[in-house]
Amino acid sequence: MAEIRNFTMNFGPQHPAAHGVLRLVLEMEGETIQKADPHIGLLHRGTEKLAESKPYNQSIGYMDRLDYTSMMCNEHAYVLAIEKLLGIVPPLRAQYIRVMFDEITRILNHLMWLGAHGLDIGAMTMFLYCFREREDLMDCYEAVSGTRMHATYYRPGGVHRDLPLEMPKYEASRFRSKKNIDRLNMARSGSMLDFIEDFTDRFPACVDEYETLLTDNRIWKQRTVNIGVVSPERAIALGFTGPMLRGSGVAWDLRKKQPYEVYREMDFDIPVGVNGDCYDRYLVRIEELRQSNRIVRQCVKWLRENPGAISIDDHKIVPPRRVEMKDDMESLIHHFKLYTEGYCVPEGEVYAAIEGPKGEFGCYMVSDGANKPYRVKLRAPGFVHMSALDEMVRGHMLADVVAVIGTIDVVFGEVDR
Amino acid sequence: MNKKTERLAARINERFGAAAELLHGAGGELTLIVRPAELVEVATVLRDEAGLEFAMLVDVAAVDYLTYGMDEWKTLKATESGFSRGVMRGSPPVSPDTPRRFAVAYHLMSIGLNQRLRVLCYPEPGDPPRLPSVTDVWPSANWFEREAFDLFGILFDGHPDLRRILTDYGFIGHPFRKDFPLSGQVEVRYDPEQQRVVYEPVDIEPRTLVPRVIRTDHRYDPALKD
Repeated sequence: MAEIRNFTMNFGPQHPAAHGVLRLVLEMEGETIQKADPHIGLLHRGTEKLAESKPYNQSIGYMDRLDYTSMMCNEHAYVLAIEKLLGIVPPLRAQYIRVMFDEITRILNHLMWLGAHGLDIGAMTMFLYCFREREDLMDCYEAVSGTRMHATYYRPGGVHRDLPLEMPKYEASRFRSKKNIDRLNMARSGSMLDFIEDFTDRFPACVDEYETLLTDNRIWKQRTVNIGVVSPERAIALGFTGPMLRGSGVAWDLRKKQPYEVYREMDFDIPVGVNGDCYDRYLVRIEELRQSNRIVRQCVKWLRENPGAISIDDHKIVPPRRVEMKDDMESLIHHFKLYTEGYCVPEGEVYAAIEGPKGEFGCYMVSDGANKPYRVKLRAPGFVHMSALDEMVRGHMLADVVAVIGTIDVVFGEVDR
Repeated sequence: MNKKTERLAARINERFGAAAELLHGAGGELTLIVRPAELVEVATVLRDEAGLEFAMLVDVAAVDYLTYGMDEWKTLKATESGFSRGVMRGSPPVSPDTPRRFAVAYHLMSIGLNQRLRVLCYPEPGDPPRLPSVTDVWPSANWFEREAFDLFGILFDGHPDLRRILTDYGFIGHPFRKDFPLSGQVEVRYDPEQQRVVYEPVDIEPRTLVPRVIRTDHRYDPALKD
């Protein structure tokens, strides 16, 4: 009889289901996982160390590149930490804009997750469907900040600029007929708020469409039900946050429990899972898509009715308007000082956290009174969830590892930082 | 500070008394300073006892206070040496104000009470700095402590698997220490003659575009605030 023994298998770092650069060393017995040892850090760029060498505002752009599917949420935590140290509060309109873009970002992130997770476990169509809607939201990013992904839009004291009054339009080319262009540009004829409102009208039907493809799909359920089960007690002990924690049945959401900005004014529900498996976490995220859509609608309504300032008036922190700089010496000096030296932040240490799409994204900031942070520590939800991967996949089959990696919603930009 | 935080502060003061120091920071944040020898004991109490219930460890952050409060450019007397004025070669001067070089901040959250707490622990002086591991209290500390070991070289006694986590295989040094240069020590390139990747000392000149400046700003001075 042949001798049977455990063997070690290498998964990644170049593997389509590894969601970037994850190297897993799996100890297998037959096709069953005995132990999983994730090797991370292949995308480590030392963001926190880089932030120590730059004035505060120059690191906002680095935050976009951490979790590159939920860009503005990362900025938000960083900017909130600075604002907490400075003791400033952005004007109400800026807070509404931030909440609206946080939720747009949540939809962007969950669509990316749904597409990639579907692709991993055999639902190819999802990827194409999700990217269709993502494109519209990316256009909102572009309209407001000039870039599709790495926005650098949130600034201490508010946001960089007010919402644009027109949306970029599709241009005629030999690949698109006039009729097609007109159809595509129809929603883009008004302001950005009109476009977003139009999107929120369309979006619930799109979510229904995703659900018809997946929720009762036999194959989808076979791949996700009872896979990677985590009990609520264990989820808390392991430091889970966001949909991973809610999927296990713990009703915990920072937007409700420790509200920041204007989340207190918003009317929305927190979905909670029952079994703590991959399928429940899928259901939680799908419902979050609908709830985010609701919040965006409320923000659009408020923003339409309440024009006003989008950042504070303190030119020691926020640069003066360009028009003012042309004939006001003091504005020119403020602008020069802000863009060369930056601003000094009072001594102290703070921790600011937001409910990111993946979980609690936190920023611990230590300042010694200089124009650069003394230490920035970013609390990435993916890092914590990844550390529990071993526990979640033990005893499962090799193919289930892919489902668990997918359900963690791992993005290596934030895990490796 | 709201009532709930006040109640928590009173509860912590009553429970630990002189054994730990409680600080009130910006935005109503509570910081509890604990001696390394009592860390695990305090952590267990914080997790288990009623009125505390900090079941979740959210984050562990190490800090190196080597150059705390040191600026690179004296604002009183500007020099004529251009961009290089902010550049420091070799080890940076050690800040005299901080005899305790390292600190580890544990961010706790209580789901039941909806409260946060920061536990701060300064390892005893000595190289390498050592702290007891809290992995037995909160399993989520596992990777956080590996990260602090990797980036700062802090040893956690009792950790089940203290390996490097973020840096490269075979990396030397602890990159987030303040005496580790930003551009690193080695660079890699592919050598076509040897047909492999070779490591060489970096040839990047360190430069500082914006010097580190500390300005005392009267706006943040509580005594001068109107």
